Amino acid sequence: MIAVGMGFKWFIFIVMAISAIGSALMMATRKNPVHSALWLVVTFFSIAVIYVLLNATFIAVAQVMVYAGAIMMLTLFIIMLIHLEQGPSCLPVKRSFLKLIGGIITLTLLLQIIAGIRFYANVGKKGVYTPEMLASVGNTAAVGSLLYGKYAFVFEIASVLLLLGIVGAVVLARKRKDEEE
Amino acid sequence: MVPDIPQGLYYALGAVLFTIGAIGVITRRNAIIIFMCIELMLNAVNLTFIASGNFLNSLDGVVFVFFIMAVAAAEAAVGLAIFVLIFRLKGTINVDDIHLLKG
Amino acid sequence: MADFIWLVPVFPLVGFLINGLVGIRFSKGVTAWIACLSVIFSFVVSAIVFIQFLSLSPETRVFEKTAFDWIVAGDFHTQIGFRIDALSIIMCLVVSGVGSLIHIYSAGYMHDDAGFRRYFTYLNLFVFMMLILVTADNILLMFVGWEGVGLCSYLLIGFWYEKDSASNAGKKAFIVNRIGDFGFLLGIFLLVATLGDKGVWTLKYSELQANAHFITPALATAITLLFFVGATGKSAQIPLYVWLPDAMEGPTPVSSLIHAATMVTAGVYMIARLNFFYIMSPMTMSIVAAIGFLTAFFAATIGCAQYDIKRVLAYSTVSQLGYMFVGVGVGAYAAGIFHLMTHAFFKGLLFLAAGSVMHAMSGELDMRKMGGLRKKIPVTYWTCFIACLAIAGVPGLSGFFSKDEILWMAYIRNGGNIWYWLFGAITAGLTAFYMFRMFFNTFHGECRASEEVKHHIHESPKIMTIPLAILAVLSIVGGWVGIPHLLGGGNHIEKWLEPVFGHAHAEIMQAKSISIVGNAYASSSGTPAIEGSAELMLMILAVAIGLAGIFVAWLFYVKNPELPRRFVERQRGLFTLVHNKYFVDEVYGFVFVKGLLRIGTMCKNFVDESIIDGAINGVASLMSALGGLIRRVQNGLVQGYAFAMILGAIVVIGYLISRILS
Repeated sequence: MIAVGMGFKWFIFIVMAISAIGSALMMATRKNPVHSALWLVVTFFSIAVIYVLLNATFIAVAQVMVYAGAIMMLTLFIIMLIHLEQGPSCLPVKRSFLKLIGGIITLTLLLQIIAGIRFYANVGKKGVYTPEMLASVGNTAAVGSLLYGKYAFVFEIASVLLLLGIVGAVVLARKRKDEEE
Repeated sequence: MVPDIPQGLYYALGAVLFTIGAIGVITRRNAIIIFMCIELMLNAVNLTFIASGNFLNSLDGVVFVFFIMAVAAAEAAVGLAIFVLIFRLKGTINVDDIHLLKG
Repeated sequence: MADFIWLVPVFPLVGFLINGLVGIRFSKGVTAWIACLSVIFSFVVSAIVFIQFLSLSPETRVFEKTAFDWIVAGDFHTQIGFRIDALSIIMCLVVSGVGSLIHIYSAGYMHDDAGFRRYFTYLNLFVFMMLILVTADNILLMFVGWEGVGLCSYLLIGFWYEKDSASNAGKKAFIVNRIGDFGFLLGIFLLVATLGDKGVWTLKYSELQANAHFITPALATAITLLFFVGATGKSAQIPLYVWLPDAMEGPTPVSSLIHAATMVTAGVYMIARLNFFYIMSPMTMSIVAAIGFLTAFFAATIGCAQYDIKRVLAYSTVSQLGYMFVGVGVGAYAAGIFHLMTHAFFKGLLFLAAGSVMHAMSGELDMRKMGGLRKKIPVTYWTCFIACLAIAGVPGLSGFFSKDEILWMAYIRNGGNIWYWLFGAITAGLTAFYMFRMFFNTFHGECRASEEVKHHIHESPKIMTIPLAILAVLSIVGGWVGIPHLLGGGNHIEKWLEPVFGHAHAEIMQAKSISIVGNAYASSSGTPAIEGSAELMLMILAVAIGLAGIFVAWLFYVKNPELPRRFVERQRGLFTLVHNKYFVDEVYGFVFVKGLLRIGTMCKNFVDESIIDGAINGVASLMSALGGLIRRVQNGLVQGYAFAMILGAIVVIGYLISRILS
């Protein structure tokens, strides 16, 4: 990405940012869960493009594979399983005033973070992985060397965590012998 | 000459996505949609990590995001399994009706 | 002997403990012996001390013994100590002497009673407390005895506690006494505080007398008035006399000992003992004398209209106590104590005789149902006759000398005020009248009792009649120690009490320096002189009034029994008023008892339930309400919990941002 001109980068960023925010909003407001899930997929794709802009190609691909691929597929399966695909039931839904207030209060969080971004100086010692070097070595190779090198222990723990997740999911969703369903 | 995209914008984008996710968690009634909003929040954090890693010329952000993704995957598996169980128990996935933890 | 004066109160204490703790095992005879012997031993010790006193010079007739430290609080020290001086020894002799006679009498009177042992236990306790009262060397120990005799009075008045009237009377006595004791306590507090301001922290008589000049007259008035309130309670003066007539519910020997001879005289003793305070406050003394006169007259009028013989004697006691207070109120302390002594003899005898009459009449008390007992119970008749003569003030017997001394002192100590004397003399006439009314109704005329009662009339056993006889002899000769100089005697009792009251008498003489006083002084200290003609004249007048009273009684009840009935019919309103004791009890009941009950109920309903309970319950319900509010946070809804987390995040991030901004 370093060879592309700055103007183009800006253009990509703006478009993808708008896409991400727009689809996020759509996801959060749809009544039909399937629609929400699909809008979330769009959000994930947008964010993946932004990752590419930031020279994190490996993560971009991982994002698409893991999030948009596995997780959303799993979610859609569960939605089907609970028979929510038809959309919301015909029962009248009651509006909660408290939730509205809660939502408005949460906007202060946004304002606070924006204020932090504005006034917080992100300074620190720069590392060795400049974009040029990453372009030469290869992003995946660099990440891989880090994962199996410096962060090998954490890597192993993460794999154990995933194992736990598998076992937990299987145990939980197993049908009991004595239930009639 | 057009200046590079300032890092603040990336953070701002992350903040907006995070807030949208947070409001969604608080407001929505359907448990699955709440779960998806949580995933959105996680993604916003991922974006923040990548952005700061990029501007500090470090790959630590990438590694961190890698692990966040692993955790999110495990959480998705287990969480959705729990949703299924609750649906079997209560017949509904509406969080307003599930108050088994009521003190 | 000085080291052993503590034996005087301790002997009855030992009797009380033995009878009280192990008396159940003894037979009635052994119980009676232990009780009587303990009081007799007390009397013997007192007599020994008295004889030793006789061999000492007047100033040294003081035995003091401190047993041990009682209260040690900072600068304030009080000991358990005993003091026998000229005044105490008279009181000790009277209490233990008359007490032992009454103990012996009771052994016969209470013989058939189921509570025999309990009776003697209480009686011994009473004598112990009374002796503590008179032998204490400080006010606090005297107050212990004061309260103790009040307690024993309650126990003995309500002796037959199954009877409602008896237990109510006991309660009434204790409560009314308590009111007086409250005044007494306030007096003690004021005294200690006043002297404490000047750095003197003591309640011993000798030290108080030495430091009395520290107290201003105003404070002395307050203190002495408060003590006098206690005296009106204990010694049944207006306004706290109402318990004494009701106290007749107790056994008759109890009435004799406690309510005639000893306990009710405690107030007089107290004023006599604290004379060095009372002379500092002329106002209190006038009040004491005024209340004494008023009570004497008031009670005498009520006594004229009662039909119950014990009630007549009770009001007579109140009246005679009034005389004693007149005596100490005008500063004639020796005269007051003298009358106390003679009153113990003849009133004690009267009560015992009444008990003997009741014994003969199978428990009858109403004099309208008696009569004609003269030939049937001769010993009781003659002893009662002697006692009535004594109380009426017939010359030669003890009552004459003591009562006359008081009347004379009341006259001269107030600057020759004839009205005081006249008031007292009229009361003396009334006394003679109602005593002989009782006497004639009981012993003369035909017997108005029922046939069954008539059949059982018999003289009391020797164990009861011997004390009667002894007391009769004392009623005659007991006054001879106080024969005034006018009539050729030496007024030994005043001389005897000189070390205790001497300078008090002198100070009052100084305060009222009038020529008539000089006359009287000449007459009572020097040779029988012609200047004492005023005293002689008043004496003759008083005797005449007394004899007139006896004559009127004879007229009304022996010669012409129709007269009283006609009198009552014509003066129906007055008679009803007097017969019902001027409705004082009813007024007290309405104003104080009902008033207090109403205030108490109001307090219970308003203050206790609404305010106090409301405050406490209010706190509880407040907590409960708050809990209810806070409980809503935990509603089991996950979104609420999530919002709480976001709220926390907002707070933390807000803090971090504010740190950056500042």
